[in-house]
Amino acid sequence: MEIKSCVKIRKEWDIVSARQMGREMAKELGFGTVDQARIATAISELARNIYLYAEDGQIDYEVITEVNRRGIKITAHDNGPGIEDLGRVMEDGYSTSGGLGAGLPGVKRLMNHFDLQSEPGKGTTVTAIKWVR
Amino acid sequence: MPEVLRRIVLEHSDEVAAKWLKEIAEKRKGDYTSSISTELYESTNREFVNNIFASIDHPDEIAKLDAFAERIINLGWPLSYITDGLQSFRRVTIDFILTESSSVETVEFSKILTVVDDWVEPIIKQLVNQYSGNWEHTVSLQRLALQELSAPLIPVMENITIMPLIGTIDTERAKQIMENLLEGVMKHNSEVVLMDITGVPVVDTMVAHHIIQAAEAVRLIGATCILVGIRPEIAQTIVNLGIDLSNFPTKSSLRKGFQSALEITNREIVNLDNSTNDMTDILDSLK
Ligand SMILES: Nc1ncnc2c1ncn2[C@@H]1O[C@H](COP(=O)(O)OP(=O)(O)OP(=O)(O)O)[C@@H](O)[C@H]1O
Ligand SMILES: [Mg+2]
Repeated sequence: MEIKSCVKIRKEWDIVSARQMGREMAKELGFGTVDQARIATAISELARNIYLYAEDGQIDYEVITEVNRRGIKITAHDNGPGIEDLGRVMEDGYSTSGGLGAGLPGVKRLMNHFDLQSEPGKGTTVTAIKWVR
Repeated sequence: MPEVLRRIVLEHSDEVAAKWLKEIAEKRKGDYTSSISTELYESTNREFVNNIFASIDHPDEIAKLDAFAERIINLGWPLSYITDGLQSFRRVTIDFILTESSSVETVEFSKILTVVDDWVEPIIKQLVNQYSGNWEHTVSLQRLALQELSAPLIPVMENITIMPLIGTIDTERAKQIMENLLEGVMKHNSEVVLMDITGVPVVDTMVAHHIIQAAEAVRLIGATCILVGIRPEIAQTIVNLGIDLSNFPTKSSLRKGFQSALEITNREIVNLDNSTNDMTDILDSLK
């Protein structure tokens, strides 16, 4: 079974729609309040990165079901400038925009699975999964 | 030819109107208007079609049409009532003209279309403008109302001020928080500001960053900013994000924050239970 939906990120307020959608799905899947907050915050980070660095992109949501567990898969995709040094952006405190530089490493810690793919000039895709405990 | 057509349609306005009213009534089934009383719906339809004919007769008199649009907007009916209604009118009118003038050639047919469009389009334009103007007005009012709500500062007692934050914080609001905070601290001569984030749904790195900067700025002008109302789930996500708040005074609840604020300003709350007795004693002795 697969449930898919998506939210486009173009304006700052799209970030709010994106995380509301995620929170709603998480709630339906049976995540507790702390995990709901983690998922909403992770989406907020990914969506804001799209808004700040790529200007235009989207967040996809998927419910994934395996034999003994269920989870939510968040995919943030954009065709923006991409990232040169994938190791660097995962360091705490690294930011090119004067931010805290906690977004990407934070998402990795907020979720169970994290994957970052990027090609300079082409775009960036971040995939993150959280399992229902 | 436009004049000829105009005369035909205006002379037979009763017939055209009857056809239009019938079509509108048939389309009504099962749409948004089902909750509107039939009486109101029919009288509004009649008013609508009268206004259309008035506009075809005197295209320059726009006041009546504006008043009609305002009434529909106030009733809360959707724009589609207007646009659908005018589409139907266009269809019905063209139909009527075609059946009236029995031998229509293709050249004339396209002319008829143009003439009717020239009647209907200005009406659509005017009514849609009224609608969108109304929306823009509402949106700008709401934006103003939101701005006023966005970062209020409450001087609860001498030297202690509270800023309760409720709802999503975007960049614009984050800036306003900083401005109001600094301005308020100066104005109320606050020693302690309690920033209450109980009502903030998500604290991500952007929000945290702005809060940290605001607290730092407050410290630079010689006051203390205590962050209060950190819900357990927010505390956990902040830790997961790796954001270090150890340099900033934080308290889980506004109440605890207020207690610290009292301590910082060298004050304490005294229970008055005993002194009420004293008061009655004094009052008694006065008798
Ligand atoms: N979608 C993206 N496209 C291009 N560059 C990106 C993208 N996402 C992140 N980056 C780069 O990676 C860096 C680190 O991102 P990260 O989200 O960790 O921190 P940040 O956005 O700078 O600050 P914050 O702590 O507020 O999130 C960014 O400064 C930016 O240069
Ligand atoms: Mg970021």
